[in-house]
Amino acid sequence: MFLTMVFYSMLRRKTRLFITLLAVAVGATIISGMVTVYREVPAQMSRAFRAYGANLLVLPSGERTEVSEERLKEIRASLADYEIVGIAPFLYDTLAVNKQPVIVGGTDFAELSRVSPYWQIDGAYPREGEKEVLLGSEFAQRLGAKKGSSVSISAGEGKAVQNYTVSGIVRTGGKEEQLAYVALPQLQRMTGRKGAVSLAQVSVVADGEQLEEVVSKVAAGTRDVTPQLVKQIAHSEGTVLGKLQALVLLVTLVVLVLTLICVTTTMMAVVTERRKEIGLKKALGAGNRDIVLEFLGNGCLLGAFGGIVGTGLGYIFAQSVSLNVFGRGIEFSPLIAVFSLVLSIIITGLASLIPVRIATGVDPAIVLRGE
Amino acid sequence: MSLLELKDVSMEYNGKVKALEHINLSVERGDWVAIMGPSGSGKTTLMNIIGCMDTATGGSVVLDGVDITNAGRPELMRIRRDKIGMVFQQFHLIPYLTAVENVMVAQYYHSMPDREEAIAALARVGVAERADHLPSQLSGGEQQRVCIARALINYPVLILADEPTGNLDEANQNLVMQIFRELHEEGHTILTVTHSPEVGAAAERCVVIEHGHMKAQ
Repeated sequence: MFLTMVFYSMLRRKTRLFITLLAVAVGATIISGMVTVYREVPAQMSRAFRAYGANLLVLPSGERTEVSEERLKEIRASLADYEIVGIAPFLYDTLAVNKQPVIVGGTDFAELSRVSPYWQIDGAYPREGEKEVLLGSEFAQRLGAKKGSSVSISAGEGKAVQNYTVSGIVRTGGKEEQLAYVALPQLQRMTGRKGAVSLAQVSVVADGEQLEEVVSKVAAGTRDVTPQLVKQIAHSEGTVLGKLQALVLLVTLVVLVLTLICVTTTMMAVVTERRKEIGLKKALGAGNRDIVLEFLGNGCLLGAFGGIVGTGLGYIFAQSVSLNVFGRGIEFSPLIAVFSLVLSIIITGLASLIPVRIATGVDPAIVLRGE
Repeated sequence: MSLLELKDVSMEYNGKVKALEHINLSVERGDWVAIMGPSGSGKTTLMNIIGCMDTATGGSVVLDGVDITNAGRPELMRIRRDKIGMVFQQFHLIPYLTAVENVMVAQYYHSMPDREEAIAALARVGVAERADHLPSQLSGGEQQRVCIARALINYPVLILADEPTGNLDEANQNLVMQIFRELHEEGHTILTVTHSPEVGAAAERCVVIEHGHMKAQ
């Protein structure tokens, strides 16, 4: 009979059910959506930050000037648990390009494009296996070279001179504009430093704490290298993420309070509307406990219904935010769904407390007085 | 011993407004007593006191051997649930429950809901075939009969009826009065509050209240 009353008091009063359910579902939607966004923001923002370049450098340790490529492979394998965007190796040496001394960087352009997507290339990266070179814009200007020009590269006096085609001109706003870049194996051959790199730039999706973990892991793996955080990137990332998360948390809390007020008001309206019914039930012998259980049961059931609807809508909301803001979808989290559902039930339960208190104060004599 | 014994019962609101003064009333088991009087005479106040929904500020009230004069709310609730069946002028059926569920609600608060017994109570007043209809789908007469079935379901020692025919047309009024006559013949104790001379005349005894005083018995 308890369940009959609790269910039918809602199901056979559809307008009231709809209004109350709407209040709960809207609250649950926002909460579920905001909690999902709150949880996903660090990961999504970390990915977004990866567009600003590497957040970790792998340098030779101590007196060493080189790191072996084999060591880099081991480092990549040791970071299998993390989302590695790219590891770009760099070998630097001074060569003569059109007889002008310049620092030439040898790198893996596929990795470089992932680690430093902000590099603006007029033309293209050098193709694998082709004798092509990428010139920094400043150096290209000094040479008077353009995309498609042919330049001669020599490893030094008395060494063979090789002709390269300029595949593109790079602009970064940094010192890269003063350099030239060729494929790593070509520079290694020209300089006789096979299998060696000067450093590696690593871009990994991780927040501050995880980055520290990565550093410890790399450092623990070998004594040949020294991992070094790119402080300005890691620090800005941490600061922005912290502020963004605080903002989302604040909005979530405000919504939580508003939902509580909204549901309390609706429940109070329900109690006022059902005042005569409460009086009747008391006249029939219902105790305060019976009335409290019925209204709390109503509240919790509404919380559960609203929570289920709101959790689903909240996921859609969070997915839409993520797709529009970060251009990437998010996975459904059962943990957030359960949290949101339980929170909805607790909120409607709490919101029912004041109305329930009013309900227990209803005088059964009102039914005889016809009020 | 009388089923209901009111001795020198008075009721004052805020120590100033005297709703009832020195009421003495004795109702035996199987009696049918009508309480009559104009609006504002104190009939409803008297019904509230007898129906355990209010307590008198003076005098004593004993119902079925239990002194309820100074009983607290929880005790009044128990007595009301166990000993009294109520019939209201405005029926007061729960709108979202069917006729049989409305009867079962009274069972639920009393002991244990029993659908078959509730259907039997509806059959007793001639509305068993309307058991699964909502109050909004029932006529006034049918609603009042459901209300009577609900009042009877827990075998009360006293049936309190507040203007039971006040909202009914003549045909339904006769139908309901016939049910009350049958209940009286079966030995039920009935106390009705009414303006209607016909309803008053149907009772064995008539009590008239004016300005809080008992004028005639």
